[in-house]
Amino acid sequence: MASYSTNEFKSGLKVLVEGDPCSILENEMVKPGKGQAFNRVKFRNLLNGRVWERTYKSGESIAAADVMETDMEYLYADGEFWHFMKTDDSYEQVAVDASAIAEAKNWLKEQAVYQVTLWNDAPISVTPPNFVELEVTDTDPGLKGDTAQGGTKPATLSSGAVVKVPLFVNIGDVLRVDTRNGEYQNRVNK
Amino acid sequence: MVDWKPVASLNTLQTRAEILAKIRRFFASKNVLEVETPLLSRSTATDVYIQSLEVVAAKEKFYLQTSPEFAMKRLLGSGVGPIYQICKAFRQGEVSKSHRPEFTMLEWYQPGYSMLDLMVEVEQLVDDLLSCGAIPRLSYRALFQEYLGIDPHAISLEALESLALSKMEISSEKLSRTDYLQLLLGNNIEALMPSNCFVYDFPIDQAALAVIENDQYDVPVAKRFELFFGGMELANGYFELTDEKEQRLRFETDLQARKKLQLADYPIDEKLLAALKHGVPKCSGVALGIDRLIMLAVGSADIRDVISFS
Repeated sequence: MASYSTNEFKSGLKVLVEGDPCSILENEMVKPGKGQAFNRVKFRNLLNGRVWERTYKSGESIAAADVMETDMEYLYADGEFWHFMKTDDSYEQVAVDASAIAEAKNWLKEQAVYQVTLWNDAPISVTPPNFVELEVTDTDPGLKGDTAQGGTKPATLSSGAVVKVPLFVNIGDVLRVDTRNGEYQNRVNK
Repeated sequence: MVDWKPVASLNTLQTRAEILAKIRRFFASKNVLEVETPLLSRSTATDVYIQSLEVVAAKEKFYLQTSPEFAMKRLLGSGVGPIYQICKAFRQGEVSKSHRPEFTMLEWYQPGYSMLDLMVEVEQLVDDLLSCGAIPRLSYRALFQEYLGIDPHAISLEALESLALSKMEISSEKLSRTDYLQLLLGNNIEALMPSNCFVYDFPIDQAALAVIENDQYDVPVAKRFELFFGGMELANGYFELTDEKEQRLRFETDLQARKKLQLADYPIDEKLLAALKHGVPKCSGVALGIDRLIMLAVGSADIRDVISFS
């Protein structure tokens, strides 16, 4: 199996730590003037999102993880899996389970493109684009005369997510939402 | 497009030049002689954790010096008196926000000075350059007692290991006392201790080229100090080992350790040993990182900001 030595560590590198695929977030060499050099490495576990630090003696190596990030189009959900298709004209499809789709399921729209992380060709996580446009399927009726400065109310989107929206928003409106914090951005002309 | 422009700003390059000029004025006022010694040397530091760069010049193998220490001690042996040098030094594989494989070093020696005398002079110079005022002094023991409640000279390896593992995740097992102490210092003490301070009287495992003497508790300690400044090691000094037999023993111990670790074998500097045998005056010496000094002067967190090209 391929492996990386500490001098090849850099952010973004995908490695196996205790069997789990992890991404290196930060790598800092710590070298006292007189003494052993160490690398203080911050990882993100790609299966559960845990972020933590571990110190390696410089010169040690870690096994590489076969992790690929691919752009894929969302197709449909069948109740158990969410199905995506590669955008490289191969029409290759993958089925993503609930633990891998995680929060991304709030922001799914058919034919939109998502980043799917594959580990040994199996999907382990899905990252939505920073902004998605989704239709409002349910909200209290808009009140005439309300301005953008007014209060907010909950609205349910076609993906199932519930976001806070201004009072003038109506069922059928298409909204632009920031997927990183779930915040309403603006109404999009249909 | 080829990026040919300097990485440091012109302002930083000006500050750099001013600081170098101030350093030269400081030593001129104290009648310390500026010297130059070769960057290409037939022998090199045997320290297990310092790797030298090798070059071939005129069919012969040379090392790019990792510090001008050995050559300067030979000058001291010739009776030159107090000396300083500003030069390049090279260490293989050292790259970080505060390390470059090629860097600039200030090194000076004061015959007749104790370790504490030299710390006073370092403080004067740094205050001259960075206007930092008095710098607190903490013994290595006091530092570990204050922040971790342990005596670094007395604690057992087992207790040290379990303390370190309770404070951080370490991938490798069975590290040395020095490794654990240095990891704890970097990970758990540096952020709490005064950001500018002298640490002195090191554990004997970290003596390097310092004399070992008993302290006031009758515990042998290395007469070595380090100046920590703004979160970096800025200077490292010794009450210098000038005993030829002890020096030879330390070279041989280093070289055996290097062999065990399958590191490059280096020839012992017999010329240094001959100078020590002839007699090098009792003295203290210190090396100070010029690039880090400039980083502090301009408030930069990356060494590449203060060198013309990286």
